[in-house]
Parts: sequence; structure tokens; C-alpha cells
Amino acid sequence: MSLAEYKYQDIIHRCFRCGYCKFPTDWDDVTNCPAYARYRLESYSTGGRLWLIRAWLTGEIQWSQHLAEIVYSCAACKNCVEKCPLSFHNDIVNMIIAAKNEMVELGLLPAPVKKFLQNIQLHGNPYGLPAKRRKAWMDGLNIESYHGQEYLYYVGCEGAYDTRAQLAARAVATLLLKTGISFGALGNDEACDGNEVEMLGEDGLVELVAEKNIKNFQKLGIKKIITLSPHAYNAFKNIYPRFGGEFKVFHYTQVLQDLLDRIKQDGQSAQGAKVTYHDPCFLGRWNSEYEAPRTLLKATGFQLIEMPRNKRGALCCGGGGGNFVTDFLGGSEESPARIRVREAHATGATILAVACPNCLTMLEDAVKVEGLEEELMVKDIAEILIESKQ
Amino acid sequence: MIELDFNEKKCLACKTHDCLTKCQYLDLDKDAAGMEMQKIIKGEDSHVLHDCVTCYACEEYCPMGNHPFYLIVSRQEALGITPLPEPLIKRGVQMGIPFRGDPEIEEVQGPVLNMGAFSDLTHLIQGKLFEGLTLISTDPRKMFHYFCQLMYLHYGRISVINERLGKIIQTFAFHNVNQVIHFHDECYGAYTSYAPAFGIHVPFQSVHFFEYLYHRLTTLKNDIQPLNFKVAYQRPCSSRLSSDKYAFVDKIFELIGVEHVERKYKHENALCCGGSILGQKRAGSRALAMELQRKNIQDMKQAGAEFCVFNCPACMLTMGKPVAENQIQPIFMSDLCRMAVGEKIT
Amino acid sequence: MDPIYRALAEIVGEEYVSDQPEELFTYSKDLGTSEPIQPDYVAAPKTAEQVSRIVRMANQKKVPVVPLGGGISLAGLALPLRGGITLDLKRMDGIIELNEKSRYIVVEAGISHGKLTSYLHRHAPHLMHSEPGAPPAATIGGNVVIHGQGDLAHPYGFNSDMINGMEVVLPTGEICRFGSCAIGSGWYTLHPLPDLGLFLGWSGSTGILTKISLRLFPCKKIREMDIFVVEDEELVPDILYELTHAGMAEDLVAWSQEIPPYGNRLHHININITGDSREEMEFKRHLMFDIRLARYIQDGVGGIAAVSQDIERPQISKSADWKKGGGFEYVGSIMPVSAYPECYRRGMEISIRHHIPYTILGRVIGSAHGMMFSYSYAFNRADPETVRQAREALHETDHMVLEIGGTIWKPAVYGQQLVMERMDPNTLQLMKKVKTLLDPNNIMNPGNWEVN
Repeated sequence: MSLAEYKYQDIIHRCFRCGYCKFPTDWDDVTNCPAYARYRLESYSTGGRLWLIRAWLTGEIQWSQHLAEIVYSCAACKNCVEKCPLSFHNDIVNMIIAAKNEMVELGLLPAPVKKFLQNIQLHGNPYGLPAKRRKAWMDGLNIESYHGQEYLYYVGCEGAYDTRAQLAARAVATLLLKTGISFGALGNDEACDGNEVEMLGEDGLVELVAEKNIKNFQKLGIKKIITLSPHAYNAFKNIYPRFGGEFKVFHYTQVLQDLLDRIKQDGQSAQGAKVTYHDPCFLGRWNSEYEAPRTLLKATGFQLIEMPRNKRGALCCGGGGGNFVTDFLGGSEESPARIRVREAHATGATILAVACPNCLTMLEDAVKVEGLEEELMVKDIAEILIESKQ
Repeated sequence: MIELDFNEKKCLACKTHDCLTKCQYLDLDKDAAGMEMQKIIKGEDSHVLHDCVTCYACEEYCPMGNHPFYLIVSRQEALGITPLPEPLIKRGVQMGIPFRGDPEIEEVQGPVLNMGAFSDLTHLIQGKLFEGLTLISTDPRKMFHYFCQLMYLHYGRISVINERLGKIIQTFAFHNVNQVIHFHDECYGAYTSYAPAFGIHVPFQSVHFFEYLYHRLTTLKNDIQPLNFKVAYQRPCSSRLSSDKYAFVDKIFELIGVEHVERKYKHENALCCGGSILGQKRAGSRALAMELQRKNIQDMKQAGAEFCVFNCPACMLTMGKPVAENQIQPIFMSDLCRMAVGEKIT
Repeated sequence: MDPIYRALAEIVGEEYVSDQPEELFTYSKDLGTSEPIQPDYVAAPKTAEQVSRIVRMANQKKVPVVPLGGGISLAGLALPLRGGITLDLKRMDGIIELNEKSRYIVVEAGISHGKLTSYLHRHAPHLMHSEPGAPPAATIGGNVVIHGQGDLAHPYGFNSDMINGMEVVLPTGEICRFGSCAIGSGWYTLHPLPDLGLFLGWSGSTGILTKISLRLFPCKKIREMDIFVVEDEELVPDILYELTHAGMAEDLVAWSQEIPPYGNRLHHININITGDSREEMEFKRHLMFDIRLARYIQDGVGGIAAVSQDIERPQISKSADWKKGGGFEYVGSIMPVSAYPECYRRGMEISIRHHIPYTILGRVIGSAHGMMFSYSYAFNRADPETVRQAREALHETDHMVLEIGGTIWKPAVYGQQLVMERMDPNTLQLMKKVKTLLDPNNIMNPGNWEVN
């Protein structure tokens, strides 16, 4: 594709590369762009990436595996969108996704991305696991199949397949059961929500996935959806309307915050123990929900200590944009997940609370690599609620 | 030719000369006030032209329905007695020049809310109080196409208003509007007081923002939870151009269950926020502005106000911070009303 | 494998070195109007020892080394004019020592201004450093080696006057310390030892600054900006003289610009005032406005346009987008304050000639001992014609600055040549001797301040 055909040809040259995009809201460090934090070369900063994309479109440089990796190292965390002072800032991530669209179109993809997309296409999940194992997370729980209840509880690929994330999916389900609200799950009939497919630039597949899900949801009469994952929440809320899918979508923390009195637990008293909370990008910066998770955490009696980088300024775990599987940001002491758990540890908290299965697995792995298992536990808010006394 | 319709006979027949005797910034008895007004009418120099702080209040004080303030400003300009230093006048006049292209004009149906030159405050116009309204002037880059120009009353520049207001009215006309609610008193004053006084035709009907809010609140009466706050109101200068609508302040307060505290600088005796006085060239103006602010806030405190309610964004800009530093929460009237109907304000 | 690449990878680690087209492209570009020049390698060292090893290796291989901080000088000062290795120093961003009572902080030179500001805000909120008008990604090291100035320039001078000690890797690889730190004491003063001021203002061509002790200054609780406006440019030096006599401001910046219209042909003087209480603020305002500037106000030739504005971090990059084109560059010049009127008139003329809306700004340094004057020219990066126009305007401005008795600040190579053409021959020869002595193989950012 030439620059003339690129959707953002009128604005991509307007990035000045001033570097605001590297910072969190309070200027704590230049490392709030996860890819730049990991590589610390200008090519991996948002500005560097935009200039490279433009150079590729104008023919100044040629496509290469390395270029594609730089483009795909963007975790779509929207820190740049938050910080850029210029008027086109809302389109920064879109400009990067548009370049990915083009790479998809040309079939010029890094192998892990290709594999990710193929797996979704063939198996309905990025791991390439059989669809019939999707309902494994429900084993032993008394969850009804969806048959017209008020809500659909949608767990998503991580919650369904990843053994650690399954525990979070089960914890949320346990709490939802306790609230007495009417809900069901799709089990093996659930399919990938497509949020990451969108972030990876596979437009055609997004359409396919979304339309299939919408059709299924509409057939079943689903009107309200509770999601485990902020990624799915974003897909249903912001992507599906494009394809005619209008649903009332809630992240589970939003539902539970209004039903706190129904889920009173008789677990252990927090006794002043400290917890810190990591904002997931697709709940926070993408959808501006910062309070519901905090409301729940405060109800547990734990002392909530904020990390220096929080809310709009939170550092991404590095798992967005498919990176929880494609892993362009892993493998280093400066991988964002490892930086983030060190930051969490430095607060003195013993629990790092998350509200996203993606963050859960990324950060728990990082805790292990950092050797902090004895000092810092990564837990989903639902798990904390179940274990604590309110 | 745009000319002020000022009736000299009314002035001669006036028994009180309230315009100047009630002025909080000048010290004139009835006779002196009458003499100075005569000088002003005749186009002669008067100390009033030099000492006027441009608070607009004489427009309200005048018992004869004349336009003493518009006359004063006209004479200030004619005699070259401007209240502000020249660079500030130039700056102000240039500020109102649109420079980012023409606005997109769409014909609108139904009632319209005009943001005037406060396009960046549309976040205040949210929630059920404003449902169904079409907003115009929402793009800060284009807002000077909707700027009512009355700010130049502080600048001794009637000519600028008269030169530009027709074009602004034309922009509204392009939208084919019938009824316009004005976010700011000043816009309302421009189309309901200034324009008629100068014989400028306005092809639409204007609605005062508070009148709109009051009626909207009445329809939402069941949603109102009385707020039980004690509030002070910072009455802006432009409210003096629509004193018949000022009653809606208390009507709204009553409806939403807040107490408008009794204090010295209330209603007719409201004090200027100081914003227009601060830069005036008369000796001691800055200190006067600070002193007015201090007295005003002290008065609110003594009266036990928990909130200071604003309508004018300029007053908010000038006084919001010092008010807050004195433990009184500054708030826009629209936000206060939104709170009353159970909405969260940001 | 390429031996230089191998050596770099061995020193900084494979992850932090590249000779790939993507990195070479990225580091070939300056943000201003300079033509791109590609390095052969890019490396991001973490320690002064790594820098030293790279420099020693570069001497052996006779390959140039170009130090790079935030990369936002706009004047192409970190472009590899003769190729070689671009050293991105931003990984060297540690905070080594904060000494609150002695009011200094020792940092690695690649730390960003934003990070330092945030650190002080958290750990020593009553202290601050002088932040330049550049974006917060500008580095402390990059800023002092070009004699930057910041928001404390009026009381305390250039940022390079605020140094208590430094560590430099010499062009031959030795790691040298200067100031009290050189004798093993704390990093509290650069004086009273023999003056070896060989590194500041050289655009990194005499060594690589790796650590720096920076003076910190009181940071008051209330920080606000007031604005005074005049129309007659001849009055600006007088107003600044009065304001600096009062000595109550923390920063004084005079500016005039065509867009937005309210600034056109008017001179705004931004006055930053700080205080720990409202009484302190009012006292300062009283001294400035009611006493020193009263006659200008009463004569109607100057006025207070605003008070108590919140001070926002400079978002200078916004000026890059005036033409919706993502680019601007400016000529900075150090001038006597008395030259403001001529600077303004001549600068505006150049802008008009090149069809660029004029933007002129001057920041007072010291008690009106000087002024950093900038002439900005926006361009559209996607339109080479506007880039060319801006470049021509910049060159013309370089000439004009010298013509009216100014000195070019952080000149690009073009400006450096103009400065050296006018330089006292003995001084020029000393520069040459210093450079030859320090950098016998001419590997350190060659092409900059090069005496022929």
C-alpha cells in the first residue's frame, strides 16, 4: 500500500516525536510505553513506530521481520493516547492498527502473530486448544447453560483455557451465584470475542468472529453480558456495535460493586494487610472504569496502596495486542510485567490485585521470574473477595 | 447607522439618579449624580467616565428603563477615556477575531443551547437537565463566530460590538434557529438588552439559562432530592442586563432545597468579581480588585456559605480558586442543579 | 560478523545494539529541518564503564561516537555527521544521591527532566530543579551540555550554571570527575578547584557527560503565572528591568506571535510568581505591579492581562502542529535584553518573507543579564517545500542574530560555522588545541565545532 491509500495519511506525519507518550500521567519515568520500556531504543517508542510506519508507506524503508516485530510490539495500551498533547492523539493506536491491517493484507506477519490468528480461525482461541475443552473451567460448579437468563457470563479464551485464569473465572462465577442474579454461560459454545484480533489488525477475521457471536447471542436472546475479561468487555462494548451487535455489557466488577451486600464472605479478616491494584488497560484507559475494582477492594478490609503509576497512568502488563501469546515484550528483566511487579512489590503490598485474566497470568509469571513468590501474590479481585471477610 | 436609543428626557425627569447614587464604586449624592449625568449626556468630560469600574450595575439601578451604562461606555469611547490600558484593549479586540475557518452550519430543529465563547465547557451541559437540546458553538476553534461581543463594554469599545454583532446574529440565523437558550447571561443580555437598545434586529427569541433550568427542574420535580446546602451566589455583571430574570436564581434555589444565605453583597448589592477591574489603568485598580474579592469572600464566609454558585465562567476563573482556598466550594449553577437531580458531577 | 557490532554487543548486550535499517533510519532523523544522516550502529549503554569501553574501542577502530540524550535539540546536534556509533544515553537514568540539606542531587546524565521532576515532587517536594522549555523527555545531560536554560533562569542563570560536579568519559575513554567529587568529597561544588570547563557548550564533541550533580532550589507551595502586556516593543526591556529590580519573579518570558490573533503585534510578559502563602504572593505582586509597573499601567501603555494562572508544564510540541505538519525548529540566540525590540522587528520581517506566521520568545537569564531569544518556524513534515522554507528562514536568522550583536545558542553546523568565522583567532586556535588534545583521533561527535 502506498501512503496515499493509508487511512491516516493526513495525520501520521504530524507526530513530532516529542516523547510525551513515554510518560505516565505524573512524569514518573520514560518507561510507561511498554515496548519502549522493554527495548529502550527510539524505534520502539510510539513516535519511532509512527515514523517507521510512515517510512514504510512512503518506500523509505522496506518491510522486514524486524519492522513487523516493532509494529507488533505495541500492546495497544493507549498510554500514548492519554499523554500525547496534540489534537490527533485519539488516533495514535488506530494508526498502528491500520499498519497492522496492511501487513495482514500483504501476508507479511511475524510467525507468532500468524499462528495466533490461525488458531483463532481454526479453534476459536489463540492457544490452538480444542473447542470442546472450552467448558473445562466450569467443572464442578453449578453453573447453568445459558437459556434466557438475565445475563450471559462470558469468560473469554484466557478464562476458559489458561489454568490460572480458570481459577479467576471460577471465582467470579462463585460470586455471581452468591448474588442470586440470573445468569448462564455458554460452555463449549462460547467462542473468542475477537478483541485481540482487532488489535492485531485482522479486520476480516474480526468481522467473522463478531458476526458469528452476534448471531449466536441474538439467537439465544442475550441482552446483557457480564465479562470476566476487560478485553471481551471492550470487544462487546466498542467493536460489536459496528456489526450491529448492541448489548448491555458489564465488567464483573461493575456488577458486583452494586451487590456487595449479597456477597458478604466470612473469610479471613484482612487485619491491615496491604493490597495494590493494577489497572488493566481495557478497563482503565480504554473504558475509563477505575472505581468499580477499587470499591470492591476497599470492601475487603485490605489496605489499598496505590502504585505510583495508577489509573490513567498505569503501566501495562505487556500482554495487550496479543502479546500475552505472541510475547514480543517478554524475555527481559525490563519486560513490562517484571517492571510492574517490582513496582507493586515496592509499595509494601503482599497482594497484587488484578481484574483481568490476561494481566493475571502475565504478572503471576513475572512474580515467579523475579523470585517474589514468597512476598507478593497475584490475585484476581474475585479471588480476594472470596477469601476475605467483609 | 447603529445608535443608542437613550432618552434624555427620562433622565431629566428622574428624581433619584439611582444609576450613580447606588453605584458601589462611586460616592455621589443625588445632585452631583444628576450633574454628572448631564455632562455625560452632553458629551462632556465627567469623572464618572474615568472612575467607572464597568460593573454594568447602573443598567439595573436606572428606574426609568434608560441605558446609563451603554451611554457611559459610548462616551468613554467617543472621548478616548478608556478604562483599560491600550495594549489590553488591543489584545481583547484581537481575541474575538475568528481565525480557524468558518463553523459548520447545520439547520437545527427545536430548542438550541448557545455556548457562546465557552465551547470548552460543554462538559457542564450533560445529563437529563439538558436532554433534547441541540448545542451550538461546541467547537473551541470556531467559538468566536458565536461570541456576543458584550465583553467590549469593559473596554470602552461600543464600536467593536456594533461592528461585529450583526455578523454574529447572522451566524445564528444561518442555523435557522427560532429559540435560543444562552448559556451565559452576557449573550442573553446582548440579544435582549443591548441589541434592542441599539436598534439591532435579532431574528430569534432568547431564553435565559436559569429560566430554562428552572422549568426543566420543575418537570423533573420527582427526581429532586433537596440538597440542604447553604450557598452564596456570585452575581455577574451581565446579570444586570437581565434583572427581570435574576429572580430565577432564588426560584431554583428553593426548588432544589438550598438556602441562599443572607449577606451584605447580595442581589442588587452584588460585588464585582474583580476580573474586569484588575487590569484597569486607574491607580490602585489591582489592589481594589483584590480588596473586593477579599470582602466578598469574607462576607460569604460570615454568612456560613458552603458553596459559592457561579454562572459566569469569567467570575469562576477569577474567584474559583480564592473561594476554594477559603473552604467554600465553587460550583456552576448547572452542576448544582445536576446534583439535585441525583447526577454525579465531575 | 561485523567486529564493531560484535564489540558493542559484548559491551552493552545484544538487546541494546542495532545495525538494522529500522534503528538506523530512526536515529538518522532529527526533529527539526536537518537532512537525515544515518549512523552505522546504535547502542544504548547502561553505565559509564560501558561508555568508556565503547569509546576506547572506537578509538581503536577510528569510528565516530555520537552521544544522544533526549534527541530534541531540533538543531541536528546528535546527527552522526560522519556516521559511526550513535550512543543513546537514556538508559543511564539513575538517581544516585539526593542531599536535601545541601540542596543538590546527583543523577546519571541520561535521566529525563520529567523523571527528575516527578522524583523531587515525591521525595523532596520543597525542592526543584530548573526545567527547560523543552518536552519532559529532554535529558538533564543533553540540556546542560548545550547551555540550556529553564524556568529558574531569572534568579539562577543558565542550567549549566547550576552544576556542582560532573563525571565525563573523555574522548580517549578515561572517566574523569570534576569538582569536589574529584577529591572524594561530596558532590556539593564545582569550585574552587582549577577551572577545567572543557565540556559544556561543545555539543558532546569533547566528551560524554555521564553523571552530574545539579543544584536544587526552594520549591514554594503556590506557583502561579501572571501576564503583563505592552504594545510598544521598545518598552519590553524597561519592563523587564523593573521586574528584575523587584526580583520577585521566578521566571520571566516575553513573547509575541501572530497566531492566535490575541498575541499578534503585542508583547506578553509571562511572570511566574511563587510563594508559600497568599500573603507572600500578594507582597510580591504589590512590589511588581503597584510599585514598579504602576506608571506604565496608569499611562495606559501596559496592563495586567491575567493573574494567578496555573503554570502548565511546557507543551512546546504543540507549536510543531500549527501547520498540521508535525515540525518546527527555532534559532535560539543569547542576546542582551536591550536588543529585544530589534530582535522582534527583524525576526518578524524574516517570518513574513518566508510566509510563516511569526513566533518570537525571549526568556530572561539572570537579573536581565541576558535573554535567550527564540525565533520559531513551523513546517509541515510531509511537505518538503515548507521544510525548505523553514530551513532558509533559520539560516537567515542565524545571520541576523550575529549581525545585531547576538550569539547563536546551540547552533547547528551552519550556525557554528558562522560563529567561528567571527571568532577571535586566538580563541579559535585554543578551541582547536583543546579538541586535538582531548580527542586525538577526532572520533567524538566529529563535524561539530570543528575548527579547520
